[in-house]
Amino acid sequence: MKKETWKELTIGTINLDAGNSVKNLTGTWRSGHKPEFIADNCIQCFFCWLYCPHFAILVEDEEVIGINYDYCTGCGMCAEECPSKEKSIVMVKEEIKLAEGGTT
Amino acid sequence: MAKLKDLAKMEDRLVAGHGMCLGCGIPLIFKVVLRATEDPLIIANATGCLEVCTTIFPRTAWNVTWIHSAFENAASTIAGVEAMYKALKRKGKIPKDKTIKFLGTAGDGGTYDIGLQALSGTMERGHDIVYLCYDNNAYANTGGQRSSATPLGASASTSPAGTQSPGKLQWRKDLTKILAAHNVPYVAQACPSRWQDLYNKAKKAFEIEGPAFLNVLCLCPTEWKYEESKGIELAKIAVDSCVWPLYEVENGKYKVNYKPKEKKPILEWIKPQGRFRHLFKEENAWVLEEFQKKVDEEWEELNRLASL
Ligand SMILES: Cc1ncc(C[n+]2csc(CCOP(=O)(O)OP(=O)(O)O)c2C)c(N)n1
Ligand code: SF4
Ligand code: SF4
Ligand code: SF4
Ligand SMILES: [Mg+2]
Repeated sequence: MKKETWKELTIGTINLDAGNSVKNLTGTWRSGHKPEFIADNCIQCFFCWLYCPHFAILVEDEEVIGINYDYCTGCGMCAEECPSKEKSIVMVKEEIKLAEGGTT
Repeated sequence: MAKLKDLAKMEDRLVAGHGMCLGCGIPLIFKVVLRATEDPLIIANATGCLEVCTTIFPRTAWNVTWIHSAFENAASTIAGVEAMYKALKRKGKIPKDKTIKFLGTAGDGGTYDIGLQALSGTMERGHDIVYLCYDNNAYANTGGQRSSATPLGASASTSPAGTQSPGKLQWRKDLTKILAAHNVPYVAQACPSRWQDLYNKAKKAFEIEGPAFLNVLCLCPTEWKYEESKGIELAKIAVDSCVWPLYEVENGKYKVNYKPKEKKPILEWIKPQGRFRHLFKEENAWVLEEFQKKVDEEWEELNRLASL
């Protein structure tokens, strides 16, 4: 990204690009654990969606279908709160690679 | 009754890519509250974790009109916007049938402490706004200084526990009651572990004409020092121990929205949190006793008010 100087700033630093934070991939600072989704166990209660602080639960056609690892930080709240008899989300260890930089 | 599946279909007004901590409770609150109205929304947000983490230049995690106010004046900022909206409607520059909703928000520091004067004025003048305080019990964004919402006995950077002190020495300010004393149409206390209650309260707050105030307990694994995956369990304990009772005051009438079947001892709330660790030393036993006593007294008083 080209570095802007104060001359390019909008008056009042108004940002018209609503929601452009989606370019920050928070998954690059994941904890070392990541959630894995097991579709067969899922009862579609949406608690994981509700309790994910990083908006990383993938929903398609009104169903939870998995995890968006671009944003998942590995906090484990989804797995902890998943109420299905056999957990539909489990946390697994993950080798942490050095992030290549989530902010562009 | 709202269903999560339906809420999930609505567009996110706060989106991914924000920089809040792992397990942070702030997005959990706003995910629900921002869905409680379908009208266009304008937000004024005081400095604090929410503001800092959602608007790291040149990015923003907001999908609605959002204004960064100073630390002390989120309420006045949103009051000014609401007054302008009314004036433009009077002049016919905004169509009569168009409705916009207004939300002021700040943390406990920005609400209980430095923003209280601005908030009080806004409530007294009767602006048609909602104000939400996300109470994470500390000045979290600046490293965990104590606020008047920090609980008794919590170790904070400006009330550290040590040989000379058991952490914060004062009982927390009861802000919700202070707001109720403004005799505004709607005041409520909520917690994200009971999302349906939080949703209903936010919906009511947006629908009611005149000022409404929501005080919402906000998980903060960073300052409370607990294992972040266990946040919702902890929030449930806050409610079930009556440390954070769920109630509302509608046109002066108190109503307790949830009575735990079995009131949990405050120890269940205290134990998982590192900020209270030192309270288990013998010399600090009085703090735990005092804590339980105060919670019991406040719960009793709340039920008395609700019975009037
Ligand atoms: C007048 C003023 N004093 C101090 C600060 C520094 N400051 C920024 S955020 C903050 C703490 C905010 O605490 P709180 O309102 O509880 O929000 P949280 O960070 O916990 O989300 C402080 C002291 C400031 N921005 N403005
Ligand atoms: S671990 Fe689960 S709750 Fe936490 S960020 Fe990832 S998907 Fe969301
Ligand atoms: S919490 Fe578990 S059961 Fe519920 S929708 Fe998510 S994965 Fe499925
Ligand atoms: S310090 Fe606490 S409130 Fe602030 S972003 Fe981190 S977890 Fe959330
Ligand atoms: Mg705070």
